[in-house]
Amino acid sequence: MKKTLISAALAVSVVGMVGCGEPEKVGIDPKIYTDSLFAVMKADRTNYTKLVVARLGPGGSNVVKPDEHWEEYENGTLLPAQMFRAGAEAVAELTDDFTYSLQSIWPINKQNAPKTPVEKAGLEYIAANPGDNYYGEETLGDTTYFTAVYPDVAVSEACTSCHNEHKDSPKDDFALGEVMGGVVIRVPLN
Amino acid sequence: MTLLIGGYFLYVMLAAEDKSELLIGEASHGHFQIELACSSCHTDAFGGGEVLQNACVNCHGEELKTARDSHPKKKFTDPRNANLLEVLDARYCVSCHTEHQKEQTHPMGLTIAGDYCFHCHIDIGKDRPSHKDLAFDSCASAGCHNFHDNRALFEDFLVANAGGHWLGAVAELVTANHAGKNAPAVVPGPRVDATAQVARHPQIQQQWSLSGHAQAGVDCAGCHSDDDGDWLEKPALAQCQSCHGQEAQGFLAGKHGMRLAAGLPALQPKMSALPFKQDALTAEHGCTGCHAAHEFDTRVAAVEACLSCHDDSHSRAFPQSPHGQLTQRALQGEISWGQAVTCATCHMPRIVHDKPEAAVDVASLGAAAERAVISVEHNQNAMLRPNEKMIRPVCMSCHSLEFSIDALADENLINNNFKGKPQKHIPSIDWAIKRAQ
Repeated sequence: MKKTLISAALAVSVVGMVGCGEPEKVGIDPKIYTDSLFAVMKADRTNYTKLVVARLGPGGSNVVKPDEHWEEYENGTLLPAQMFRAGAEAVAELTDDFTYSLQSIWPINKQNAPKTPVEKAGLEYIAANPGDNYYGEETLGDTTYFTAVYPDVAVSEACTSCHNEHKDSPKDDFALGEVMGGVVIRVPLN
Repeated sequence: MTLLIGGYFLYVMLAAEDKSELLIGEASHGHFQIELACSSCHTDAFGGGEVLQNACVNCHGEELKTARDSHPKKKFTDPRNANLLEVLDARYCVSCHTEHQKEQTHPMGLTIAGDYCFHCHIDIGKDRPSHKDLAFDSCASAGCHNFHDNRALFEDFLVANAGGHWLGAVAELVTANHAGKNAPAVVPGPRVDATAQVARHPQIQQQWSLSGHAQAGVDCAGCHSDDDGDWLEKPALAQCQSCHGQEAQGFLAGKHGMRLAAGLPALQPKMSALPFKQDALTAEHGCTGCHAAHEFDTRVAAVEACLSCHDDSHSRAFPQSPHGQLTQRALQGEISWGQAVTCATCHMPRIVHDKPEAAVDVASLGAAAERAVISVEHNQNAMLRPNEKMIRPVCMSCHSLEFSIDALADENLINNNFKGKPQKHIPSIDWAIKRAQ
């Protein structure tokens, strides 16, 4: 009830403001918003991969064990993709203003293959056009989203060797600097 | 008339003690004990789905976290799953576990058809040829997968623990030490002078002198003092939990103590639909229901107490079962008590703090046994369903993973309390090894 009253009051205020000729408020451009989010994500993802997994894992000083089932080991730590997903899940518990996920057209876990037409088009575009991003709009359920797809590039030997050798990987010839998948960021527009 | 009827039900909802007229149907086997403690789940009379969801998480959230829940809510909140949520809204517990529909409730409290995995994993046959022709409803019912708890069933674990003889040496389990390590040095609160009671009850003092309490220096006043320092005739949960907090927490979370947790009178076996012994139907289930006062002999609580109430085929078969025979030999002093396999060994197992899936035998723990904090899980449901929860902390102390999986999937073997070998084989380890090669 309280929520309904607040919503009604806000609606009346908005109508009143528009009626008074107030300029419509313009928020940040979704593209700038998602580009900025991606910059943070990419920096953190690269740092975790290079500074933790590669440096402290089996390829470095071998004091931590990056593993899909990291909870099984006292020195276990999340694989870079799991770390990224853990961040996305933690963000989802904090806000509904955006969501993000890591996907690929060559996924090890098939649940991370593209599902929506925009995801498919975006992931194929960034793979075919290295360095470019993809932007689109899509309606999922009853919500329309601005959807941005950014390339996820192999930044370390740890990325390529793990994916090339994994029994569930559909591709075994990833090279450093190649696009391995994409980061999909969604912002609800309505 | 409408106002009168509406007013009556409003009174029942908000003020009356007996709310049975509001029950829209019998609760499931998991919740029937507290079905009249409406506010246990309906924490707000005007709440909707989120209120119920919070109530589920409030009681079961920690357990799911410990189980490394394979399908937590956070996996389903991404908008890319919107189309899947239209089929099965896995963000909410009640989508699969609807209450007050006892007649439609299946094992695990499920109220939906058994093919729920199929909706999202329809393409599994493409990636796993071995799964191609499996029945749609067999994923979580054949001993291969669980929706929430797969700690003993995931592929890498199957491969790492493949092989081995079905029965190893009988393990020597460590002794629980949680209360000893964590009990307060001095029992809190004022202490009664129990001199007169000690003089009057020499037999009780004799029983106490052989107990763990005597060894730990917890005397009569330690339990029989009330908040004002007066004599307390019948100490109850509140007194026990001042030292045994961990055990009390488990007890209150399980079937034995959930009524007390909900503010209701203690459980009596007659309230349950399970088979119980006639002379135990009205026995009240508090701490001393199993741990007979003054002696507090955990050997009695681990078998005799269970069998004094439970009268199902699994329980009745226990004394003659291989596990029961080990217990008998331990009671006769032929083997150590650590090698006994009692009811509690499997259903209220000793667990290592922070490592609930770790085996608790001396050999597996190795040097860690010295510093490990071990307590007895008093939530009997924590290891019961799905029964694969027992595999790592219990079965694998003595048995191979393959035997454990097969045995727990064989209902006849469970009913006769594991007297014999499994008559069915779950191929999950075979398939996992084949894929790993």
